[in-house]
Amino acid sequence: MEFKAVIFYVFATVLIGAALRVITARNPVHAVLFLVLAFFNAAGIWMLLQAEFLAIALVMVYVGAVMVLFLFVVMMLDVNLERLRQGFWSYLPLGGMIGLLMAGEMALILGSTYFGAENFPGQDVAAGSSNTKELARLLFTKYAWPFEIASVILLVGIIGAVMLTLRKRGDSKAVNPLDQIKVKRNDRVRMVNMPFESDAPVSTESVVTAPKGE
Amino acid sequence: MLDNFVTPDLYPAAPELFLVTMAMVLIFVDLAFGEARRWIVGALTVATLVGAAVITVLTADGQSTLTFSNLFADDPLADFLKLLTYLSVIMVIIYGRGYLAERGLDKGEYYLLVLFATLGMMVMISAASFVTLYLGLELLSLSLYALVAIDRDSVRSTEAAMKYFVLGSMASGLLLYGMSMLYGATGTLEINGVAQAVMQMQAPKAIMVFGLVFTVAGIAFKLGLAPFHMWIPDVYHGAPTPITLLIGSAPKFAAFAMTIRLLVYGLLGLAIEWQKMMLIMAVISIGLGNLAAVAQTNLKRMLAYSAISHMGFMVLGLASGILSLPANPYVAVSAYSASLYYMVAYVLMSLGAFGVILLLSRNGHEAENLEDFKGLNQRSPVFAAVMLMLMFSMAGIPFFIGFFAKFSVLLTLIFAGHTVIAIAAVMFSLVGAFYYLRVVKLMYFDAPLDTAPLRCNLDLRIVLIANGIAVAWLGMFPDSVMVYCHEVMLSLIG
Repeated sequence: MEFKAVIFYVFATVLIGAALRVITARNPVHAVLFLVLAFFNAAGIWMLLQAEFLAIALVMVYVGAVMVLFLFVVMMLDVNLERLRQGFWSYLPLGGMIGLLMAGEMALILGSTYFGAENFPGQDVAAGSSNTKELARLLFTKYAWPFEIASVILLVGIIGAVMLTLRKRGDSKAVNPLDQIKVKRNDRVRMVNMPFESDAPVSTESVVTAPKGE
Repeated sequence: MLDNFVTPDLYPAAPELFLVTMAMVLIFVDLAFGEARRWIVGALTVATLVGAAVITVLTADGQSTLTFSNLFADDPLADFLKLLTYLSVIMVIIYGRGYLAERGLDKGEYYLLVLFATLGMMVMISAASFVTLYLGLELLSLSLYALVAIDRDSVRSTEAAMKYFVLGSMASGLLLYGMSMLYGATGTLEINGVAQAVMQMQAPKAIMVFGLVFTVAGIAFKLGLAPFHMWIPDVYHGAPTPITLLIGSAPKFAAFAMTIRLLVYGLLGLAIEWQKMMLIMAVISIGLGNLAAVAQTNLKRMLAYSAISHMGFMVLGLASGILSLPANPYVAVSAYSASLYYMVAYVLMSLGAFGVILLLSRNGHEAENLEDFKGLNQRSPVFAAVMLMLMFSMAGIPFFIGFFAKFSVLLTLIFAGHTVIAIAAVMFSLVGAFYYLRVVKLMYFDAPLDTAPLRCNLDLRIVLIANGIAVAWLGMFPDSVMVYCHEVMLSLIG
């Protein structure tokens, strides 16, 4: 076995092991860290395939930005994991059996008969051609339409996130000067028709009402 | 590569470009005027959709054009489905306006997300490659996930949004996995190229069928076919009614386009395989949908189960298009146009039925239970009559649009030799007639529980009555739409 193959199997084994630990780890922080490990190994495999741009983008975007944010969120949330994992072990035998059955069937079809490396001869690449440059060229010429649609999807993500999370705080004391200027006497003061002579003490609160807009 | 690059022809994609530009403009309009004058954003959204429809009609030339390096297709089928999509989205906006305004949900984001969802549907309808198909689907789905959760303080809505999101992502994963297998076997992402590779038997069949299974599972989820229907009742029930109306109408056209482009156009060579899968799912859907709907007391849930059974019926047409390879164009066209007609009929009926629920709802009261419909005839004979027509039509009673849709699908099914399945479908529809007619009985023969006068906007009343008239008119003169269905399918296959 040549050296490259050994490295590939090391990366692949660690990747699958880490991915398994993501879903079986008891602590969510550990699960996120295992996901980071899985991403690193996937990046390593891409590097072996000489797709260095994808490998670096994966490490920079996913490990550097997305997973760090994810880690923050997981640390902030007080998730009761035991409750979430209720029933995990009781469902495992049936679920695992179906999963293994499907994996076995898929392996029978997808065995190396069709997807063996000899069926996909590598293309000769001119010396000095840059992976990044070629990707950029394709992205801005042939795949311009999907590229634009992907940017619209990101915009939808932003709008959706703002819509679902932005709240005007109810306890905020900030006032809007425009509303204050526009206020009319009737908004603030209510004329109360009181009996002229009364023994009961008159509450002053009923005369002055809360200002509008708060 | 850069040297021989030609700027793509933007003309066929003009409606999409117009819509996305207007959506960007609306973001700023909403920021500037949205707080004070809510109606501006809504009116501009409707104007945008009308503008897109005008552009679609003006740029329709009856030709099939590919642009953006064969990633975008503009053909009569795309134009027809896009026009239907605009129409149903406009109706959704008009029906839902009052309901959302009463609950303070008619924010600018609602209109923006509806526009972006429409853009996603248009991208799907015009997709000529797996990449654009998938991106359009994600654009549509992401907008819908956010819209389901628009009433964010309602536990029921957020739960429905969460379920929709998780199950929807899984379905997207299945679809993507299937597509990657098809790509691995044929070496191309373009649907044209896949179709050629299948026809010329270049691709290994085992891998193609393997990819096909996952693709069909993804499509079945998006259409809401049993056994991939679990999300439908919960999402229809949990989402605010105007959003349910949106999910249950226009995206069905996009899902239909996806099915046609992937299976009927791209994988026609494997039709014998996917027709069997479709037949099985159709029979399960019709049976399960109709039997489960009988037990529902909530009208939204009942309509959700009825949607499952209607989608089953629609798919029966798709499953009887090819009798033997090479395909007989006449049989295929009549079968697929029957399915398209069924889709048009279903969306029209579904829009009307949810429209009546919205008509009866008011602040603090959701008229979504069956007993809310008791004695509707005494409260408003006109809308009781509209609902009566919709229910008769859904049950498949002549002479309403639903009858003719069922009739033409069953005709192609019998022609394809599946007589037993046709009989089973009719039997299950008879079961279905029970729960549709129960609504009619409640409206006409029971005393009203709620005597509050119906108050709703004039535009809602006018559109709802027009909707009811369309259901009756198209039932008596089905050819006025059937001709177009036939024509666009002929231009695709013939």
